[in-house]
Amino acid sequence: MIELLRRLGRGGIGFFQRLGRAHLFLARVLWGLGELYPRPGLVVAQLWSLGVLSLLIILVSGLFVGMVLGLQGYNTLVDFGAEESLGVLVALSLVRELGPVVSALLFAGRAGSALTAEIGLMKATEQLAGMEMMAVDPLRRVVGPRFLAGWLSLPLLAAIFSAMGVLGGYFVGVGLLGVDDGAFWSQMQSKVDLRDDVVNGVIKTIVFGFVVTWIAVFEGYDCVPTSEGVGRATTRTVVHSALAVLALDFVLTALMFNEG
Amino acid sequence: MVNTKVVEVGVGVFVALGLAALFMLAMHVSNLALSEGNDDGYEIVAYFDNVGGLKVRSPVTMAGVNVGRVRAIEFDDRTYQARVTMGIGARYDKIPADTMANIFTAGLLGEQYVSLDAGGDDNYMKDGDEILITQSALVLEQVVGQFLYSKAAEGPAAPPAATDDFDPQDPFAP
Repeated sequence: MIELLRRLGRGGIGFFQRLGRAHLFLARVLWGLGELYPRPGLVVAQLWSLGVLSLLIILVSGLFVGMVLGLQGYNTLVDFGAEESLGVLVALSLVRELGPVVSALLFAGRAGSALTAEIGLMKATEQLAGMEMMAVDPLRRVVGPRFLAGWLSLPLLAAIFSAMGVLGGYFVGVGLLGVDDGAFWSQMQSKVDLRDDVVNGVIKTIVFGFVVTWIAVFEGYDCVPTSEGVGRATTRTVVHSALAVLALDFVLTALMFNEG
Repeated sequence: MVNTKVVEVGVGVFVALGLAALFMLAMHVSNLALSEGNDDGYEIVAYFDNVGGLKVRSPVTMAGVNVGRVRAIEFDDRTYQARVTMGIGARYDKIPADTMANIFTAGLLGEQYVSLDAGGDDNYMKDGDEILITQSALVLEQVVGQFLYSKAAEGPAAPPAATDDFDPQDPFAP
């Protein structure tokens, strides 16, 4: 009984300690971001490995998600004779929800796990300690550029995802199922609002990009420096990112789209 | 490691692609192109007995052409009517003062919008003017109810299936 209590207490303290460490880490990373200004090359290199290399999976999954939405939406809407609203359905679901959430999940799996493994391995092979020995702050030299690049990449990736999805829905709806071309676009344009839908979707992706990259770099920086520890940290990155994205999505949706 | 030039070109293409996608979402998917002249222009007011499913930002049309949007819908506790404020584009400044406002439905079950029917007055609507002749939204339940009542009223006069060999009071009579 006492043993159980003790274990619970230790778990709780460990949880809060990690939480506090994560926020202190975040504060130090954000503080160091200003030093990147004279050295944009570091960020560009990370944009390549986080953004450009994620492009393929985002393009392909965006296209297929849009095509599936077009197909499923058509089958439902055709019962009500409202298949002209297919454009609205595809665009709203992509811009509001699927674009930000699915691309954040894909980004966590494709880029976040790689970030954690990279930084974790640097720690395991004592490269981070070596940098500190040379009076180079690894938070500014290693973590900062990765954090900024990941944060910037996700909104762009999500926008590409949504645009590809709309094109995929257009391809299936208009190209294959015979929805009217003009009605598809005009209904979409009259129902999708720039501020309420598009901008809110972009705000979501900015929040998701921040959180996913933060989790990824923190798990890497904080991992147990063994091969097993790096593996476990990588798993935790994907799991925690997915949970954080889905929970935050509910909160943000409730804040943004609660009226009519 | 990949060549620096390839990295830079790749990142440039990536950022350009992302911005192009955002631009496409803004211009081609959303209503940015349609909402011109939303802030300038002038406001007119109309009182309706029932606004039905009319919402803020619903379109205001004349002869089917979009001339403005509904800005506000409030309940007026003196007249027990709905007070609808409409923003009309500055270009449409020649709306006669005796114009009539209807609430129509786009399609059978579509969204509702305000349709203005131009009158013949020589004076034009100004900012803050009120439309005096209005017609409420068509509420489907009321229409169906009226239809049923009118059917019931004419019911006994024209019994549909009262044949000689079938008596509804005694269906098993020979």
